[in-house]
Amino acid sequence: MTSEVYTLTVNGNDYQVVDGHSSESLLWVLRERLELSGSKNACEEGECGSCTVLLDGEIVCSCLVLAASAVGREITTIEGLGSEDEISDVQKAFVDAGAVQCGFCTPGLLVAIDQLLNSNPDPDDLTVREAISGNLCRCTGYGRILEAVRIASNNRTAQNEEEKSK
Amino acid sequence: MSRVQTSDTATKGPRIGESALRPDGIPKVKGEFVFSNDLRHSDMLWGGTLRSPHPAARIVSINTAPALKMTGVHAVLTSEDLDGMPLYGLEHPDQPVLADGFVRYQGEPIAIVAADHPENARIALEAIDVEYELIKPLSDPKLAQEAEAIHPDGNLFREIDLIYGNSQEEEGEIIVEGTYEVGMQDQAPLGTESGMAIPSEDGGIDLFVSTQWLHADRDQVAACLNLPTEKVRLTLAGVGGAFGAREDISLHIHLCLLAMKTGKPIKMSYSRTESFHGHVHRHPAQMWYRHHAKPDGTLTRIEAQLLLDGGAYASTSSAVLANATCFAAGPYRVPSVEIHGAVVRTNNPPCGAMRGFGCVQVCFAHEAQMDKLAIELGMDPVELRLRNALQPGDKIITGQTITGTAPVAEVIETCAQHPTSVGSASQQMELPGGAGRTADPKNIVRGEAIAVGFKNLMFSEGFDDFSTASCQLLDGVATITCACAEVGQGFVTLAQQIVREILGVEEVILEPASTANVGSAGSTSASRQTWMSGGAVKSACEEVRIRLLSRIAESYNLDVESLVIVDGGIASLSSDFSISLKEATAEPIEVEDTYRHMPTFPLNEKGQGDAHVSFAFSAHRAVVDVDQELGLVKVVELITSQDVGRVLNPLQLQGQLEGGAAQGLGLAVLEEINVVDGRILNPSFTDYLLPTALDMPPVEIAALIEQPEPNAPFGAKGVGEPPAISSTAAVASAVRNATGLDLQRVPIRPTDIVFPERGENG
Amino acid sequence: MGVIIAKSVNEACAVLAENPATTVLAGGTDLMVQANRGTQSLESVLDLSRIPELKKWALEGSEIVFGAGISYTDLADPQIAALVPALTQAARTVGSPQIRNAGTLGGNLATASPAGDTIPVLVAMDAVLQLKSSTENREVAIADFITGVKTNALQAGEIIQSITMPVFQGPQEFLKVGTRNAMVISVVSLALVTDYSGRKLRVGVGSVSPVPFRATEAEEFISKEFDWETNSSLSEKVINKFSELVADATKPIDDHRGTAEYRKHAVGVLAKRALERVCAGERL
Repeated sequence: MTSEVYTLTVNGNDYQVVDGHSSESLLWVLRERLELSGSKNACEEGECGSCTVLLDGEIVCSCLVLAASAVGREITTIEGLGSEDEISDVQKAFVDAGAVQCGFCTPGLLVAIDQLLNSNPDPDDLTVREAISGNLCRCTGYGRILEAVRIASNNRTAQNEEEKSK
Repeated sequence: MSRVQTSDTATKGPRIGESALRPDGIPKVKGEFVFSNDLRHSDMLWGGTLRSPHPAARIVSINTAPALKMTGVHAVLTSEDLDGMPLYGLEHPDQPVLADGFVRYQGEPIAIVAADHPENARIALEAIDVEYELIKPLSDPKLAQEAEAIHPDGNLFREIDLIYGNSQEEEGEIIVEGTYEVGMQDQAPLGTESGMAIPSEDGGIDLFVSTQWLHADRDQVAACLNLPTEKVRLTLAGVGGAFGAREDISLHIHLCLLAMKTGKPIKMSYSRTESFHGHVHRHPAQMWYRHHAKPDGTLTRIEAQLLLDGGAYASTSSAVLANATCFAAGPYRVPSVEIHGAVVRTNNPPCGAMRGFGCVQVCFAHEAQMDKLAIELGMDPVELRLRNALQPGDKIITGQTITGTAPVAEVIETCAQHPTSVGSASQQMELPGGAGRTADPKNIVRGEAIAVGFKNLMFSEGFDDFSTASCQLLDGVATITCACAEVGQGFVTLAQQIVREILGVEEVILEPASTANVGSAGSTSASRQTWMSGGAVKSACEEVRIRLLSRIAESYNLDVESLVIVDGGIASLSSDFSISLKEATAEPIEVEDTYRHMPTFPLNEKGQGDAHVSFAFSAHRAVVDVDQELGLVKVVELITSQDVGRVLNPLQLQGQLEGGAAQGLGLAVLEEINVVDGRILNPSFTDYLLPTALDMPPVEIAALIEQPEPNAPFGAKGVGEPPAISSTAAVASAVRNATGLDLQRVPIRPTDIVFPERGENG
Repeated sequence: MGVIIAKSVNEACAVLAENPATTVLAGGTDLMVQANRGTQSLESVLDLSRIPELKKWALEGSEIVFGAGISYTDLADPQIAALVPALTQAARTVGSPQIRNAGTLGGNLATASPAGDTIPVLVAMDAVLQLKSSTENREVAIADFITGVKTNALQAGEIIQSITMPVFQGPQEFLKVGTRNAMVISVVSLALVTDYSGRKLRVGVGSVSPVPFRATEAEEFISKEFDWETNSSLSEKVINKFSELVADATKPIDDHRGTAEYRKHAVGVLAKRALERVCAGERL
């Protein structure tokens, strides 16, 4: 059974979803219908965080969001981080710190960390660990990921102080 | 269809020894990197697999007719539809492409479908009617050899009786004995099995798949499709981690069969549950040990019996057993050894390669034995290990002399001496139980211990192990073609570093890894690609360099010995001649080279022989907090030293050490596939618990021992596996140290600590 | 009919009245797992996640009322933490930050899992659920609402509108055993709630029986032994007796997450530790 045509707002753009199966998750629709395959599927039960997106500014597992119920919400995916020509500070920190190995967990982690630093620019180690405890990484043991957060956080703090002193 | 892996270029890049950044880093952080399950084609169908719910059954009948009639269904195939080789297998073919008459493990593929939507594929699978006659599963590996054969090849995959030295007992020796068990660990790469097969006009097939070894897959796929190998082209699709899970065939043949049948591109992507059933796991092990030592701690003799559960099909069981046996004594000098090792077939999930490959299990046991011996001798465990540590020139228990480096004492000493940097936990979240708020500081005991491990690098026992790479230099741009599977480990980074180091070029293009372009690179496993494919790239580049300089010398009438590559050009040391590389390579130079390591030899009937190429050693020290009343453990620090030969990329090396230790920690306290009567009870990330950021402590690198390994390209040893070997043993030992319990099994479960008398050991 | 996103409770009830077979979706953290596995078809769905009144909470006299749609993350509000600390503690143990943003208190109750993290707290506090349909409003005590493993007393056409519980004076503790340090399903959980004015210690336990419940015998015992004037430490004997009584009240099962024997043992340990913390806590 198919549901009616509906519109999703992803990274500021409206997308029409047609011919969807009624039980399709937001993750599925993003990946397979909207061809925004940056969000990853590793468990489809909310245990790995690879599919993390922002829904009205809060991180959620897009595999646990019914796609057709996200109509009218602001959805931000990994494709919405950074700009066309430039990657964001957190994305750059990930590359520089060696936080990327296979890269499968990376998009979800970046969305989670970007949101964390937006709400808390200078989190302590334990805060970061709790904030990313829903994002499993099998390659890195998290060491370089935590380092990337420190780099991005330090840069933001330095930048803020610079702006203040101006 | 988009290209599955774009050629990578990088500007001004670092050389060997520097922390080069991944060329695929930017696409990966942007979410643009195309993983195997991101592949799509406008005309594609979705494949699905019907799996046996039973661990052992005879298939009485299969009725696919109802499924074929369903909406959106294009094909339903069973074993009756196969016209190639019906079996496959990495070492020898014993595993049915689709079950033929019997199923031997829960999750064994029986039928495959192609449909226009995965939901329709799922519904069609449900509509296939299979009648089973259930058989009592053979689930206890101890009973396998006496039990009736559950496969025409029998229930024994391999048996090794290793006898080294003479077995004379000495007066007054100290003896410790123990029985140990290791549970079934899953590699759990975050990317599940996925790929796409596209039928080609020549009657062949193009398969884009995440794998560790394209050419071995290609050969098996071609045989099962009854196609010549040149008509089966495999290209590496983006790989979401591997750790051994992708060394065997999973959905490869199924994808191709459905594509050939329907004439359409087929995509398949396993769910996590399916992935747990769809790839091999780390072998569970039962191990008995008896160590003999002089009162001064000198080891005199080790006896051991090793039993590995290979599950239903062979996979790499026989090589895993060889490793378990050859490395069973640990990195110690022992004059007399007697080991019986066996790996058997059961109706449990098939087991094969996982990071550490047989060495993880025995390391847990031999290190527990060393601790026990230290206690018995009243000796410091570090001192005991140092006293017996292997040195270059020593023989390992296969009688093979270590001709390369063996800094065992160095890894132990540096690791043991490194200062700890953890204080006591200041917040409840940091204590065992973490977010659950179960512990207060007064409930906690701390423990600390060290463990040492070692492993062979590359393939052993006479295997013709090689890698092929080509290098083309044109207009100052180097293009490397190599079928080495990049699975996240960073070969793509290293390959560029090697090229820049040797040819002085800035721009290095890596062609997609494919069987269509080049010969085999061998498997991305056994800590072998830095050495093997690194070696192939290096020697191809060196030959290009020789030819380039000769050509310039000839063209400009210069002495070739005077020519050097510097600053993106070629200059003469004896004249003011110089030419840019771009200009010098307007005419291309291309070299393909096949690299082989020194030959190895099979083990003889006594388990003796020069079976291995090189050895890598590591030590871990773990600090743990244990809530003994609840049986919960928090690893608060891991310290490690590793024998690396030479550091080629410090950043990537650190990533390997941290990531490997996390997997070792997982096996020590969290990760186990629970199998009861052949059935997996926890095939999901809800119940198969990987370490989170709140479980994994910082990893302190005490030392990277850089003693260049003779014969190794750049003197570098592979570094991927050792971090996953001694880490498990160290964590387990630290928990023993904290609790005073004789914990003989990993993963250590809360009940093992709370009710030690109920241990399921042996 | 697809997905209807209700904007008000009345609208939601009207939709359900018309089509009682509609699947109700709150945070989706349980339902979508089933949908992704193909074990739950979602042909017609009523989404409650955007009803503003369901997300509110309020202090009404001596009671606190939560809209059923309040998320676990929202329960971390320091004001809520000051009034019902055990609920905030329990909410923080749920899944991951992603799950806590999506999952709701009402959803936890409707799912009615023996391992539902907030349930032992609500049970300990005798929470009452306000259920609503297009024709009726009714109240059900939590003990009557959860009827078995993953079954509840909701009737066709009904939704959970709010959950009400008394605000007790005194320290509260929630503890949960999982084998991982975060993001783990409870093997055993326990809530201990002090009620100074009622001179009662209340104990709710989870994952040790088909339905989380209050350990009343243990409550009776400890409420008599507890020093209501000074809160001072209890003797080891009393603490152990309390721990035993809690453990004895449970009927756990063996499963792949833990053995019955371990659960019984662990719930006793949690009882002891919770009590020790309450005794060591500040007299409010």
